[in-house]
Formats: sequence, C-alpha cells, structure tokens
Amino acid sequence: MRGAGPFGSGGICAERQALAEIRLQNLHKNFGDFVAVRDIDFTVDDGEFFVMLGPSGCGKTTTLRMIAGLEMPSSGQILIDGEDVTWNRASQRDIAFVFQLFALYPHMTVRRNVSFPLRLAGVPRREVKERTEEIARLLRIEHLLDLGVGGLSAGDRQRVALGRAIVRRAKAFLMDEPLGALDAEFRDVMCEELRLLHDRLRSTTVYVTHDQVEAMAMADRICVMNHAEVLQIGKPAEVYSRPATKFVAGFIGSPSMNFLPIGEAVPQGSKSVIVNGSEIQVPETLEGISHPRGFLGARAEHIVMSDGGALRGTVFGVEYMGARQLVTVDTAAGRLKLRAPNTVRVKDGENVGLDFMTDRLSLFDGDTDLALQTRERR
Amino acid sequence: MKSGILKPGQATPLGKFLAGSAVALYALVAMIPLVWILATGFKSPPDSISYPPKVFFEPTLEGYVNLFTTRSRQTAEYIESLGPPKSWYEELVRRRNMVISGPSRFADRYWNSIVIGFGSTFLAVFLGTLAAYGFSRFKVPLKDDLLFFILSTRMMPPVAVAIPIFLMFRQLGLSDTAAGMILLYTAVNLSLSVWLLKGFVDEIPREYEEAAVVDGYSRLQAFWKVVLPQMRAGIAATAIFCLIFAWNEYAFALLLTSGTAQTAPPFIPIIIGEGGLDWPAVAAGTTLFLMPVVVFTVLLRNQLLRGITFGAVRK
Repeated sequence: MRGAGPFGSGGICAERQALAEIRLQNLHKNFGDFVAVRDIDFTVDDGEFFVMLGPSGCGKTTTLRMIAGLEMPSSGQILIDGEDVTWNRASQRDIAFVFQLFALYPHMTVRRNVSFPLRLAGVPRREVKERTEEIARLLRIEHLLDLGVGGLSAGDRQRVALGRAIVRRAKAFLMDEPLGALDAEFRDVMCEELRLLHDRLRSTTVYVTHDQVEAMAMADRICVMNHAEVLQIGKPAEVYSRPATKFVAGFIGSPSMNFLPIGEAVPQGSKSVIVNGSEIQVPETLEGISHPRGFLGARAEHIVMSDGGALRGTVFGVEYMGARQLVTVDTAAGRLKLRAPNTVRVKDGENVGLDFMTDRLSLFDGDTDLALQTRERR
Repeated sequence: MKSGILKPGQATPLGKFLAGSAVALYALVAMIPLVWILATGFKSPPDSISYPPKVFFEPTLEGYVNLFTTRSRQTAEYIESLGPPKSWYEELVRRRNMVISGPSRFADRYWNSIVIGFGSTFLAVFLGTLAAYGFSRFKVPLKDDLLFFILSTRMMPPVAVAIPIFLMFRQLGLSDTAAGMILLYTAVNLSLSVWLLKGFVDEIPREYEEAAVVDGYSRLQAFWKVVLPQMRAGIAATAIFCLIFAWNEYAFALLLTSGTAQTAPPFIPIIIGEGGLDWPAVAAGTTLFLMPVVVFTVLLRNQLLRGITFGAVRK
C-alpha cells in the first residue's frame, strides 16, 4: 500500500537532504523545581518516522521544542546531522515545525502562508511560485491557494500547515500533535496521508502524540515517555508485544493489557506463577521478584476461553465488534478483558474458564514497574 | 426561518422591532446635544439666545469668524473711513460695528491639542504595546506586582495628584510646555494601554511567533511581522481610548498650561469673556473640537468594534 496512494510518485523534493539524524545526549530540562525532561538520550535515524508517545505532561512536547530550539535545555546536547545545535537559535537549525493548532498566519492567504518560509529565505519569486504550487498539488489544496485561512476546515488548515513545513525542504520535520485538533474520522485519513507523505519525502520526522493508535499506525519507531523519562524505544510491534515497563504495557494497546496480581515472590527460573490460587504457566523467568507485588500481564487476545482453564470467572459483559468480540470476565483475580472470535457464543453471567498463551505473557515487578526478562523476551 | 421555529438566541420580529426602537430612541437622545451645538455654531448671536429657541434660523458663519478673530468695536465714522471691506468675513464683522484686529489664538490652541493628544496617544500605545508584549511573553520577575502597580495608578482620579504634579512641573520647567503635557497624558494613559493591550497579546497564540521563528525570523521580526498585524484591532481600540482621554482632558490643561501650550478645552470657554456671551463662537469651537475624535473613531470603527468585543467569542 505504501508508495502508492494520493501522493503518486516522482517529482517533488527529488533532491534528498543530506543525512539528518537527530541525536539527543543526556538532555535535561527543568522549569524551576519541576523536571520536565530527565536525562534522555537517543538517536533518531536519518529518514526515520520517530513517534514520541506519552500521556500529557510527560515531557514529550518539551523534548520536541528543545529539538526545534523553541526551548533551551538545562543541560545536555542536541546534534542534528552531526552538528551541535544545542544553543543555536530555532531559525538556524533548518527544521520545520507543525503545530497542533496549525499556527497559520491569519492575516495571510493560503498561498502566502505556504510560501512564507521561502519568501523569508529570499528565494526568487518564480521559484517560490513553482514550489508553492507543487506543494499545493501534492497536498491537494491548489483550489484553496488564494483564499484566506480563516474559512478553511480543520483538515485543510492542517494541510496548509504541512505545506508550509514541507515547502522549505528542511532537514527534519517536527510535529506536535498535528492531528490533535481534527475529528476522529478525519484523523484516520490524515494519519494515512501523513505516513504516505513521509514515505514519499523520506525526511526525518519526529512526531509527538498522546494517541497510541496514531503512534502504532505511523511510526517506524516509538519512544514511550512518562514522568519526564523515556521508558522504551522500539518498533511498534516490539513495544506492543514486549513492553519494557508495566506503564508501557498499560498505555499501549486497546483495550489495555490485563494485569493480574501475583501476590507472592517469583524466584528466578520459575515456569509458572500462582495467581489467586491458580497456577498459570509463564515463560521461564531469567530474573526474580523478591516481594509479593508482582504482576502477570496478558493482552486481551492472549486469553482464551475454555472448558477447563487455569482461572475461572463469570462473564460480565460482551461487546460485539464485528469479526471479534470483547468479553469482560470477572474473576477472583480481578476483571479481565479478552478477545474472542465472534463464533464463540457467550452470555452474560455464564461461568467460563480462561487459558493463557504462555509464550505471550509478561511479568512485571510492581515496585520498579519494570518487565522481567524471560526466555521469550530478551 | 419560515417555519417559525426559532433557535435559542434568535430574535422574534417583535423583539427585533423593540430592540431597534430602543436603539433609535437612545441615538436620538444622544444626538440632540450634538445637533444643538452644531446648529448654534451657525446661528447669529441674537438667534443663539432667543427664547423660545429657534429651530429654523438663517445660518451665518459669524460664530466661526468670531472664533478665529479678535475684534474691536469702532465708531461708524472710523469704519466708513477704512473703505470697502476686503473680504466676506470683514463685511460680516463690520455689520456689528466691529473691525478685525487680528487672528485669535484658537488655531494655536487647536494645534496644541493635536500635538499633545496624538503625541501622547502614540507614546502611550507604543510603550504600552512593548510592555504588554513583554508582560505577556517573557518571565518578568514580580510580574503580578508590577502589573498591579501599573493598574493602581488608575485607582484614584488623576486630579488628586494635581498639586504635586504642578509643583514638580514647575521645578522641572515642564509647566506650559507641550512636552510636559505629552508626558503627563502618556503617564496617565499608560496603565490603561498596558492592561488593554496585554489582554490582546494574551489572546494571540504563541505558536504564531514560534512558527515564524522556526521559519527563520528573529524574535523582533516575528513580533513586527506576525504579532503586530494580529494586534491591529487591539491597538486601534486602545489608541481611541487614549486619544479621547488626552483630547478631552480639562483639569490638568487648565492648571498646567496658560500661554504657549494651552490646549483647546480650557480655551474654548474663555471665548465667553470677549464681548459678552458669544455662544455661536463657543459652539463653533466645540464643533471643530469634536471633529478629530469623530473622524478617528469612524475610520477605526471596525477595529474598535472588534476590539471591544474581543475575547467575548472564540473563533
């Protein structure tokens, strides 16, 4: 699917920029006593679509703003294309920024908005016109070029904002929740378009969002943040199937992962844990939990209803979702959600047994929040 | 809506009629004094004080001529000896047995009003814009205290400090100078200007500037090219408020100016003293005095309307 779609191929921005990897080294930012970003350290590869994901206030936007130069770090370094730009002004970094609320200049037309960075850079008039129109075609906003931005729909505004970012052929795109102000329906469309656009332009993109669905759909790699810290960086599938912490496990995926309290210590090398008196097989642990505050994590699709079952409970509710259904089961270990094919007939109040897919289970240390190393996940 | 179903907040025809009538009635009441002044300016002195008042009268420019000239009463023989009048206004004056002895000081006073009014408005808005931007965008130590202090200068009538200001101006040699009056009006208007404009700057999303900065502007350029155009409505509204205050101010003008820097407000009533109660001249002076504010307000009325309702509705 990628590479085709609305943006076709060839033409635009054929000349790719030089290597534009973004490296953050021990980046730290505090506002007074409040630590917004704590010692983060990672590299965004050239041409990568890198998504920073986390709940609001986790420091992801502050990090993005530091990369852009809109915020100065308290300590640490930022390198773009190998060059230390930590203390450079935003205007000297050659990056493009897309804001959540678009930040289109309201006193200018679409054309003037899109061409703004070019005119600023003193690009000759004819080239400005050509490039602006090329971008407008790419984003399908040609017919809007000479209108004011005031009357545009949110989606069109966002396209104009994207146009203004793309037109300059900057080293990197930084996007701060660019779809946050759109309707859910339109968000999906733009989500796909953005990814296609990226496949076309292949420019380094750092994308901030609190929406895990967006992140999963678009990212080459996801960086999950919470409380000013980076918890995990990895491919969407990695982050989904092997979450590094209990927070990541709970934040990513819908419905979120089921957590069952273990209630006793888990020695290293265990192959099963006891949850509320029932024994559940787990991948062999390479570490142990020395206290009774561990959790067994199981995703909805990794729990299967069966006649026997390691754990039993009563069906609390069934949400029919087309091909699948989401079944909520009350057990002695808490309320669990599981996905079942729509061929399985279950009724509210029915007593069912639950089996767990051993290979796919995760174990978490409730004190450190970290996932345990097991044979299946190393 | 033909269906007769009204959305909440939509006026019924009767409601519209009542509201329109109320506005029309108010406009009428508010206009009467203005029309009266305008008319009086074109009346002859006897007409202006006739009882019952004349609504229909023969218009004359005598009031305007009297406003701009000083005259002296002469005997008929003397006037005869001057030969025929050289201009229409001389003729007008001679009919009352007067001759023009020179221009009055009204033009000077009017010019003073313009210089002081617009000068202080410009300064108050200029400084206010910078201060408002600073307060809105930067971390200013003791910001709240400073803003309160600025506001507190408005908490008493300015005339309450008339005597200290009078003494200070005398010491500093600012009495009866245009610079002194501009300074004074700027100081009085600045608090209003800072507070009003800060509200407008607060309403402009920071993202505009940030986008401009990322696109290659310096902070100052971003302010000039992106923030200022957004502030137009606010600046216009603030400028009108400042101008109206400085233009109409009477007490300080009376107290601190006399010869050189006197503005029109304390001067116009003085016309009464010259050769009886010259109401047409006073009305003429008042009419001319009203003009700049009316013109200024009409020119900026769209901005003003947006400015006053700013923030009431989110776009």
